[in-house]
Amino acid sequence: MSEFDHVPPPVASGALRADARAAPELTDGEWHRLHPLTPLFRGGLFLVVIAGLVIANLRDRLVFLFLPWLDEDIDVEIDGEEFRSGDPIDFIIANNLYLVAGLVLLGILLVLIGLFYLSWRFHTFRITGDDVEVRTGVLFRTHRRAPLDRVQGVNLTRPMFARLVGMAKLEVVGAGLDSNVKLEYLSTANAEAVRADILRLASGSRVAAAARADSATLHSTEGANAPGVSRRSAAASVVSAGLTGLISGAEEPVSEPESVVHIPIGRLVASRLLSTSTLWLIAIVVAIIVGSIAGTPWVLFTLIPALIGFGAYWVRTITRSLRYSIAPTSSGGAREQPGGLGRSPSTIRITFGLFTTITEILPPGRVHAVEISQSILWRPAGWWEITVNRLSGRGLADGTNDQFTTVLPVGTRADVERVLRLLLPGLPENEWPLVFEHGILGPKPEDPYTNTPRRARLLRPLSWKRNGFLLLPDALLMRRGAIWRKLAIFPLARLQSIGIEQGPLDRALSVASIRAHTITGRVNGRLAILDRDAALGVFEDAEAAAVTAASSDHSHRWADEDPEASPDAVSVSVENPTAAVPVDGPEQRP
Amino acid sequence: MTNSPEPIPDSKPTITESAEVPVEPGVLDLDTYDAIREPRSSGRLPLGDGTWHQLARQYVWVQLISTGVLALIVLAAVLLVTFLSHQWWAWIPGGVFLGILAWTMIITPRQARAYGYQLRRDDLVFRRGILWQRVVAVPYGRMQLIDITHGPLDRGFGIAQLKLVTAAASTGVVIPGLKQEAAELLRDTLVDVAEERRTGL
Repeated sequence: MSEFDHVPPPVASGALRADARAAPELTDGEWHRLHPLTPLFRGGLFLVVIAGLVIANLRDRLVFLFLPWLDEDIDVEIDGEEFRSGDPIDFIIANNLYLVAGLVLLGILLVLIGLFYLSWRFHTFRITGDDVEVRTGVLFRTHRRAPLDRVQGVNLTRPMFARLVGMAKLEVVGAGLDSNVKLEYLSTANAEAVRADILRLASGSRVAAAARADSATLHSTEGANAPGVSRRSAAASVVSAGLTGLISGAEEPVSEPESVVHIPIGRLVASRLLSTSTLWLIAIVVAIIVGSIAGTPWVLFTLIPALIGFGAYWVRTITRSLRYSIAPTSSGGAREQPGGLGRSPSTIRITFGLFTTITEILPPGRVHAVEISQSILWRPAGWWEITVNRLSGRGLADGTNDQFTTVLPVGTRADVERVLRLLLPGLPENEWPLVFEHGILGPKPEDPYTNTPRRARLLRPLSWKRNGFLLLPDALLMRRGAIWRKLAIFPLARLQSIGIEQGPLDRALSVASIRAHTITGRVNGRLAILDRDAALGVFEDAEAAAVTAASSDHSHRWADEDPEASPDAVSVSVENPTAAVPVDGPEQRP
Repeated sequence: MTNSPEPIPDSKPTITESAEVPVEPGVLDLDTYDAIREPRSSGRLPLGDGTWHQLARQYVWVQLISTGVLALIVLAAVLLVTFLSHQWWAWIPGGVFLGILAWTMIITPRQARAYGYQLRRDDLVFRRGILWQRVVAVPYGRMQLIDITHGPLDRGFGIAQLKLVTAAASTGVVIPGLKQEAAELLRDTLVDVAEERRTGL
């Protein structure tokens, strides 16, 4: 399409509105601009670097300027050089060019501000019923459009400094590498509103009331702004709202659901200290000490950077996991129903971070694999970690991917249960013991899992009794590891394909490996050393079940229902608690 | 174990050519191998039911020629280094490399016979490998896109490579040596079926 169909009118009075206005207008299908302070934050780092360079170079000058009594001894030196040092400041002073210099500076500043202003003016976004679109660039224009039914989640990131003035980055997670649509920056209230609206539109919910309910929970500060309020006062109100929010701590909307998991700080710190990286640190320290005893004492000095590095790593991981909360929300516009099974799928809200606060919203059906793991260090304390495979929409090289894979950094068994029930709402009640009692806590009498056969136990000498799988009607469970216990859960509706492999050694023992193919992530879908016939059986069964599950799955529009068909859907999902999702959607997305 | 020796007679009631996946069987099996090569051990992954379609015979020639050319280049480089600068050690890495290439050429015909794919009612099943067997089943609705590539040598022999992409990188279904008509027919069929059964990710 030609993007010039929608070229904004030159005056910002028409359909194009600045961000700092009443929130619901942002999702009215028109083009909008981002927050006026955006260039400051996007270019902020650049400006700081420039300022730093200037200050570093003019350090002496500034010292002379503000502390003239230190001037004397250095002054002589400069005089002796007769201004031949090539220092432009000296040149200006010598030739009395203050006015020209000032004008040049002013010109540069004006050009910079103009460029920032232009980039802000040309950075517009639009949210329609089907897409999120962002246009950027002045000379080289880019136009990115993300279909809403492929939205994998919405992240709201609030970096430390942006938080101070009440701004937030919104990131609409798309289904692909580097496919996110970023709205940087919006005021926090607007970001919340836009997020709720995006999720409502993406969910396919046609209940308009949901949107009103969502936006009613927001800060009222900005909604109160009359349409004619100037940008400056809007910005001022944003700042003040941000400051109050920062001080009072009331950053989330009032009706924020209670987190189902609370991580005490002590547990968090202890769990990070009891991690694999600590073992590495101990190994390194031992190696260094042995090395220094063995005759090269100078290696002791390498201890210091190692310790600093580990310390920084710990502090970072701990602060990132502080203030963790996970809760079900209904921001997708799904019907509110009391907890338990048979309710309509709701989105999950995960918040974490002490300085940079990140709030992720995970719509249902976006989790491709879940893994519960426990290293041997955590076993005495009974702690578990939950990681998931999900589409983060970022490039492969993006270092921040990791933080979006850990859903629960550390939790007790009860925490794990609660989080899993959120992540896998479709798993029927009678199957949970298979996950917890048998799956997570290892083989017990009457083990329902199909494990490594005895003849192949030498290939899994420790874990052969635990190494096995279980196929449920809507999930494939893989249990692994005796020292590092792991249980991977693959919802069949998300399974991309399944493979079975056999090497020469496997063949001699008549065993095989199965591999569940999901999107790339930390959860590994390979389960080796299974009886060949059992592996072939699960290969066929899981494939058939995956086809069935996928065809009845409609979580890409998770709240989509015909208004007429809606009551039926409710009754179906209540009567039949084993249904993962209401199976009323013969109309798949074309 | 119905591993059809001929292009399939139409009367044969296989799961493969059911109503859902309409493919004229003749095109896919034109000038292809007619028996999947399997490991001898009884602990192998069995072929199962259904008809396996196989690679075109020209695939082996393409592979042999390209590997052979590479081997000749390596040989020439080694000889050049040996005779011009009298560096006899060049035979050590060169010899290892040449050995690997020779082994590759020896097993290529066997490997080519081990490739196979089945168009079942709901999914495509792909198998490859003899020493390391690998079987993958991909539901039609999961296919995101289908790539056909052919290099100059491939074009000379009239074959193409068909790659099937799902959201999972590990699916890795690449059918290397299909007749071009077969590849295009397969692509069109798969795209149609995938479009029909498209689901979310």
